[in-house]
Amino acid sequence: MSTPSPKEAPGRQGSAGLGRQDVAHLAHLARLALTDEELDHFAGQLSAVLDAVAQVGKADVADVPPTTHAVPLTNVARPDVVEPSLPRDVVLAEAPAAEDGRFRVPQILGDEE
Amino acid sequence: MSTSVPNSDLTGVDAVELGRRLAAGELSSVELTRAYLDRIAAEDEVLGAYLHVDAEAALARAGEIDAARAAGEELGPLAGLPVALKDVFVTEGVPTTSGSRILEGWRPPYDATVAARLKDAGTVLLGKTNMDEFAMGSSTENSAYRPARNPWDTDRIPGGSSGGSSAAVAGSLAPWALGTDTGGSIRQPAAVTGLVGHKPTYGSVSRYGLIAFSSSLDQAGPMARTVLDAAVLHEAIGGHDPRDSTSIDAAMPVLTEAARRGAEGDLSGLRVGVVRELGGEGHTDGYEPGVLARVAETVALLESMGAEVREVSCPSFDLALPAYYLIAPSEASSNLARFDGMRFGLRVGDDGTRSVDEVMALTREAGFGPEVKRRIILGTYALSAGYYDAYYGQAQKVRTLISRDFTAAFDDVDVLVSPTTPTVAFPLGARVDDPLAMYAADLCTLPASLAGLPAISVPVGLSEGLPVGFQVMAPALADDRCYRVAAAVEAALADARGHRFLDELARRAAAA
Repeated sequence: MSTPSPKEAPGRQGSAGLGRQDVAHLAHLARLALTDEELDHFAGQLSAVLDAVAQVGKADVADVPPTTHAVPLTNVARPDVVEPSLPRDVVLAEAPAAEDGRFRVPQILGDEE
Repeated sequence: MSTSVPNSDLTGVDAVELGRRLAAGELSSVELTRAYLDRIAAEDEVLGAYLHVDAEAALARAGEIDAARAAGEELGPLAGLPVALKDVFVTEGVPTTSGSRILEGWRPPYDATVAARLKDAGTVLLGKTNMDEFAMGSSTENSAYRPARNPWDTDRIPGGSSGGSSAAVAGSLAPWALGTDTGGSIRQPAAVTGLVGHKPTYGSVSRYGLIAFSSSLDQAGPMARTVLDAAVLHEAIGGHDPRDSTSIDAAMPVLTEAARRGAEGDLSGLRVGVVRELGGEGHTDGYEPGVLARVAETVALLESMGAEVREVSCPSFDLALPAYYLIAPSEASSNLARFDGMRFGLRVGDDGTRSVDEVMALTREAGFGPEVKRRIILGTYALSAGYYDAYYGQAQKVRTLISRDFTAAFDDVDVLVSPTTPTVAFPLGARVDDPLAMYAADLCTLPASLAGLPAISVPVGLSEGLPVGFQVMAPALADDRCYRVAAAVEAALADARGHRFLDELARRAAAA
């Protein structure tokens, strides 16, 4: 799996646009099995959105630090004391599949792994 | 056009007055709860305000509160009052979907802090309200289940994403409700349905158990018929929560006191800034003349109550919309990774041969709607290597500029005001497949969201027969200023017109 390289994907230099292939690649990264119709539809819509949001590039932000969070809190920790968590059966009751007191999931490792 | 009609008796009464009647024994919680359940049964098929109502459970709970009161137990001021919760709050044993198919049928194993606080206060949960899927939208048309409709005109949107809550309260299907606001999702639906809606200072109301959309922006808050009702509900849910690591450990200002003081109508010495970039000169594109006229009248009203009004310029607000629509989708693409079909919710395609990756992709494809997919893709793009600096990183720096504009403005004024929305409620379907047109509904609400500041919307009249909202923004943790100014406006306008704003809706219904 690779991230899109700046060369492949247009949009970086102002003429923002997302092609069908770009959307397909991003959908794969995000684990969305989009249909062909969705790929066509979203490519057009997202190109328009990307054009609009690319306006942030107009701001002069030399020496401006980024804001990740409106409240300047750091390293909030509670006392390191064991507290009860949710009962296992209660949690597993809402799982799509469970077995032997655990979540049952599809095959995680490929044959070659 | 058809309106949905609140009846003139119990369900049109303010929550604070209902609480007084309950405490005085003039009214039972069962009687009151039944009145709302009757309204829901009669109107909700059209309004689409609720995704889940359990009448039996609500009446049983109301009966418990009545019994406790009869037994002489000491009860709080909210005991026995019904409430509706946006379906984004997890509620123990009560279905919670966040408006999405991916959580259809899910019963959370715990309560959100705000839900627990309202339960402890003795409120009766009427139901879970409709919303845009994962709170992404401004019309509630992105609900995976059905659109909600505006009680003022059922062909129009009730706003979003907390549009089920706004439809429920405006339509008298609940006395008040909780919503959440990420970029305007409390204030905009309140504005277009004629309600009071407040987005608290970021960090002042717990996000524990609030299904995350954009964690640096999400904030829960009240939606109500009056400013005082909103203040009472806000006080009941606010305050520090050790389970939310972004919760501010500071005393909350006394909001009900601010609302009562504001209603006295004296704003002497209050410095009010009118934000030029939000509908002022040179910035009126996309704003309806009727909205701007109501806002201008309200500014004049503030002046007549003793406020010192001046225009303030916040140039970076012009970039709030693009910055928001990079930051929120980026955080959403990360937050929504948890919906992978493994531990809870929907799982699709697990036939014993497919890999976990394939099952995840099929589950998310089936479980998410178009707007959620668009935002996940956009966010994934903005965060990816090679684009991060130009998009997400740049948007975070613009966010700093917006905060600096606020800081500079609050050196000179106590509050900032603007329209809440550029237009009144638009017709259903008008913007649903045009993301940029839909996003424009958030134009005025986004700056306060990005800066984490408190902001309230209060109804200030009609344009083309539909409600107009007036926004009051304040510095962090000065939520009381929002309530004070909103209460002053509300009281003065009610005096001038001779009745409360929402009575207009009841009058129309009676005339119809």
